[in-house]
Amino acid sequence: MIKAILIFNNHGKPRLIRFYQYFAEDMQQQIIRETFHLVSKRDDNVCNFLEGGSLIGGSDYKLIYRHYATLYFVFCVDSSESELGILDLIQKMYEKVCLSLQVFVETLDKCFENVCELDLIFHMDKVHYILQEVVMGGMVLETNMNEIVAQVELQNRMEKSEGGLSAAPARAVSAVKNMNLPEIPRNINIGDINIKVPSLSPF
Amino acid sequence: MALKIVKGSIDRMFDKNLQDLVRGIRNHKEDEAKYISTCIDEIKQELKQDNIAVKANAVCKLTYLQMLGYDVSWAAFNIVEVMSSSKFTYKVSCSQLQLQSVDAVLITTIINSVSLPLVTQDLSSPNQYDTGVALTGLSCFVTPDLARDLASDIMTLMSHTKPYIRKKAVLIMYKVFLKYPESLRPAFPRLKEKLEDPDPGVQSAAVNVICELARRNPKNYLSLAPLFFKLMTSSTNNWVLIKIIKLFGALTPLEPRLGKKLIEPLTNLIHRALDLLYGMVSKKNLMEIVKKLMLHVDKAEGTTYRDELLTKIIDICSQSNYQYITNFEWYISILVELTRLEGTRHGHLIASQMLDVAIRVKAIRVFAVAQMATLLDNGHLLTGNMQRNGICEVLYAAAWICGEFSEHLEDPMQTLEAMLRPKVATLPGHIQAVYVQNAAKLFATVLRKQEGTTDSLAAQETSQLLIDRLPLFVQSANLEVQERASCILQLVKYIQKLQQKEVEVAEEVTALFAGELNPVAPKAQKKVPVPDGLDLDAWINEPPSESESEDEKPKAIFTKEEPKHTRPRHTEVDEKELARRREARKQEQANNPFYIKTSPSSQKVYQDQPGVEHIPVVQIDLSVPLKVPGMPMSDQYLKLEEERRQKERSERKKKEKKKKREKHGRGRRADSGPESEEDITPAHHVDIVTEEMPEVCWVLLQSGYFIPQVMSAQFLFQKSTKHKKKKQKKEKEEKEKKKKKKHHHHHHHHHHHLHSADESVQNGTVEEEEEPLPVRTWPSLLTHVYDVQGNLQDGSQVVVSVIFENKTDHFLKSMEFNVLDSLNSKLQRPEGSSPHDGLAVPFQLPPGVSNEARFVFSVQSIVMPQKLKGTLTFIVKTEDASTHEKLDFKLHFTCTSYLITTPCYSDAYAKLLESGELKSSSLKLEGVIMPFHHLLARICFHHHFSVVERIDSCASMYSRSIQGHHVCLLVKTVSTRPPYISSLLL
Repeated sequence: MIKAILIFNNHGKPRLIRFYQYFAEDMQQQIIRETFHLVSKRDDNVCNFLEGGSLIGGSDYKLIYRHYATLYFVFCVDSSESELGILDLIQKMYEKVCLSLQVFVETLDKCFENVCELDLIFHMDKVHYILQEVVMGGMVLETNMNEIVAQVELQNRMEKSEGGLSAAPARAVSAVKNMNLPEIPRNINIGDINIKVPSLSPF
Repeated sequence: MALKIVKGSIDRMFDKNLQDLVRGIRNHKEDEAKYISTCIDEIKQELKQDNIAVKANAVCKLTYLQMLGYDVSWAAFNIVEVMSSSKFTYKVSCSQLQLQSVDAVLITTIINSVSLPLVTQDLSSPNQYDTGVALTGLSCFVTPDLARDLASDIMTLMSHTKPYIRKKAVLIMYKVFLKYPESLRPAFPRLKEKLEDPDPGVQSAAVNVICELARRNPKNYLSLAPLFFKLMTSSTNNWVLIKIIKLFGALTPLEPRLGKKLIEPLTNLIHRALDLLYGMVSKKNLMEIVKKLMLHVDKAEGTTYRDELLTKIIDICSQSNYQYITNFEWYISILVELTRLEGTRHGHLIASQMLDVAIRVKAIRVFAVAQMATLLDNGHLLTGNMQRNGICEVLYAAAWICGEFSEHLEDPMQTLEAMLRPKVATLPGHIQAVYVQNAAKLFATVLRKQEGTTDSLAAQETSQLLIDRLPLFVQSANLEVQERASCILQLVKYIQKLQQKEVEVAEEVTALFAGELNPVAPKAQKKVPVPDGLDLDAWINEPPSESESEDEKPKAIFTKEEPKHTRPRHTEVDEKELARRREARKQEQANNPFYIKTSPSSQKVYQDQPGVEHIPVVQIDLSVPLKVPGMPMSDQYLKLEEERRQKERSERKKKEKKKKREKHGRGRRADSGPESEEDITPAHHVDIVTEEMPEVCWVLLQSGYFIPQVMSAQFLFQKSTKHKKKKQKKEKEEKEKKKKKKHHHHHHHHHHHLHSADESVQNGTVEEEEEPLPVRTWPSLLTHVYDVQGNLQDGSQVVVSVIFENKTDHFLKSMEFNVLDSLNSKLQRPEGSSPHDGLAVPFQLPPGVSNEARFVFSVQSIVMPQKLKGTLTFIVKTEDASTHEKLDFKLHFTCTSYLITTPCYSDAYAKLLESGELKSSSLKLEGVIMPFHHLLARICFHHHFSVVERIDSCASMYSRSIQGHHVCLLVKTVSTRPPYISSLLL
């Protein structure tokens, strides 16, 4: 069984977490911190498996991780899982996540490693999709990545068609927000309707 | 009203979505908590609205906040509500939240009451993704109540038409079983059915679930073992395989019979892993890998697996001509350790390895002989299990090695006695034969030793020992043993007669076995040219026709001939015959240590020979492998090797520090990064005959590069005086005349330098000026060959590599190298030493040995040639005294020494020529007789040029100096006129 999947960056900031066993939020944060301390001090050329920290179950659990550029992908598993199998799964998953994020952010020409972390945050929901198709309820659902990609693509298509016209304005606004406009009018006055534009964060 | 809706919709456009939230948090680094609390307030507002899209957006943001550690359980109700929406998109976002966090009883009840109908409705949705998402969601927040109520629904879904749903349903059943164990019994048959689902995903999910269940209670799943066994042998999905093997791990303690069945498929899997090992080894990790394998060998139950490990160890070690072995002492000890295995069938394999290593690795012989002597001494331990296995084959190797290399034996007498023990007669015939033969060799060695000490009585006693013991072998049933024994017995008797007459016989006896054994490469025969007029394919005599052969058949005298005995066709007979002969020859060769065996396949030799199995032998069954005293443990080598490498590394570092800024140097050597494969120098220098015999002899220098032997021969220490040199120069010029033209600011120097460079065959010239020195007792004391190399990293440094070869019969030590610095060139000395101090050469030279030292010079101007005078002082150690000696020499730094071979493309070259910044000069050389391409090759090799373009007898060449000067060279032959060389220098 997989107990948790954690993705955090080189500073220990969580970028995507998924626990398959109940932990209160503050406990989750402690686990992330502990795992980060265990994993981050390891050299890149040492073994990718280690015993789990005390918070997550100690030596009964193993941490299997891979380090990509600025991100750590960590799986916490019990003894029923094979370390090498999981390691392979992480690699495959990472490739697919990168590939699909590339599609989302349409930055095929960018050096992907650099945008990956930020895009992961902005498109967390999409990454969750993929994760859901790989692991369900702590058990590996599918290891054939082509199958996973096919499912995720189908679901994306469905989501788009569902969104249809009604989602169009939201998408438009989101596009505008993503543009680097120097200024956005604070107030829009149409007759007696006064729409207050919420303060948008600078980019 | 309409406007209100529009307003609502537009308002919504400006709601924060997930991206906005993320950006916002990033922009409020100082007051993050405050910002998030306002966001949470906003989310609460959003959740209160009717619009389901707004709620979904809010839930999406909650997911992110939960990740950051904020409690979101207060929103559980809304989350389930969004989940119930008809839109797929919104549902997905919900399943990402972790709702087990909802532990408050109250909220659990809410979930149960609200979600049950919703989820049930979804589960039966026609859209597979709705159902899928519902299942995913359920996996997050399944409660005992939900499990109870939904179990039958999910069970139905396990037979859904879509594999996507099936696999999810199968997987979620595990969660249901956990929360509601009563569901297991009714669901189990269907789950079992799913093990054979046509879809691999569903199958894998079923295996997954059953493995998890079996971990908790293995006993109940024993009945599934045959099914899993079938899956294991048929499945190609690694994931499934791993799971099944783990499952069997839990099952076998309960059902021991399973273990036996599993051996075969598991060994197959292990074989695959062992095959991986084969490709994985490197010089660095070989020892460790073998150590691990040896541990497995010790632990292994069952001889098949142990034998497999044994062959793998030997395969791994011996692959590509022992490429990865750095310490052969270690390897011999591994082989010796392997002989302690009980019941192995691979004695002959170990034996052939021992022979191979001892023959080909000269440096190891002393060690190997000592080890083999111990083996022979303890031979009785190995013969214990003789009937069943071939481990006694090792004695074959041991006896032969001890005999052949008996000069290295510490106590040959003891070994001789060990070889003539009566117990030996119980060994298989072919081994006895080797014993007898090698006893004779040992006898020769012993005689020699004993006669050397004028102890004639001892020598006679030795002869008597042989005369006493050999008759046992003369009676042997094995012809080979009998023949050799009786031959040698007679010989010894004759020797004894001579001894009684006080005749010294050792010389003659030794001569019987004289001659160095040289390994022969398997393909060596190919190198022997077929003499003219010999056609190997032609028949020597006329091939007999079929009818003739029928006629020629001798009539059967005693029995009637078979009525119709059709002979197979002639060629077939030939082929069969050939194959048979080849087999026979292979056997013969395998038995013959003079042949180097290539493939292990040809080594299955002795097994089929009629052994002496029928001789009753008292079997000593040793349950514990005996540790034979005096035999080394291979483990200690691992440690030693580690230390050795450590030392080497630190030495290398030291060296590197010294010439820190030295150029990357010759090829791959100077790489000082993490220890690379090439950096691990073998502890033993080894003569290993590779597939092909080399055409040219190369002297392998310690540092790992090759220098043709011819060179060192040319630069024997010679008393060259100035005019002699000139004469030489003239000769050279006659041989290879060039024309050169140039006009650049260093016109003169350049000119000069090319001359001096031409004069030597290699890049640096060597002139050992033993000025008017008196004739020495050791005329050719030392040889230096040197090579000057520019430093790529530092334009002002050159490295001079000097090879010192000791040509004397004496030991040379405390060598000190000193050069009189000029204004332009200075020898780099360690900090703090004066410019007149010499540099110690970091090694001593035993007679006949050569070694290389490197010296760094800093050079200011590289456009002029340099001649540096220097002296080498050293101490010559003779038997009675040691004397200080001095040797003067000159170092020539020619301009081309500063060049570095740099490739150049013809267009870049053309641009360079067009630029007009080149100064040019030309020179004509007459009477060059060598072919044009040889000339080019010479220029390239000795002067670091590279050919840019060559058209017929005209070539353009390019090189670059360490300071970045471009040097272009045009070489031209005019048919009636000599080649014409023009050089340009920028």
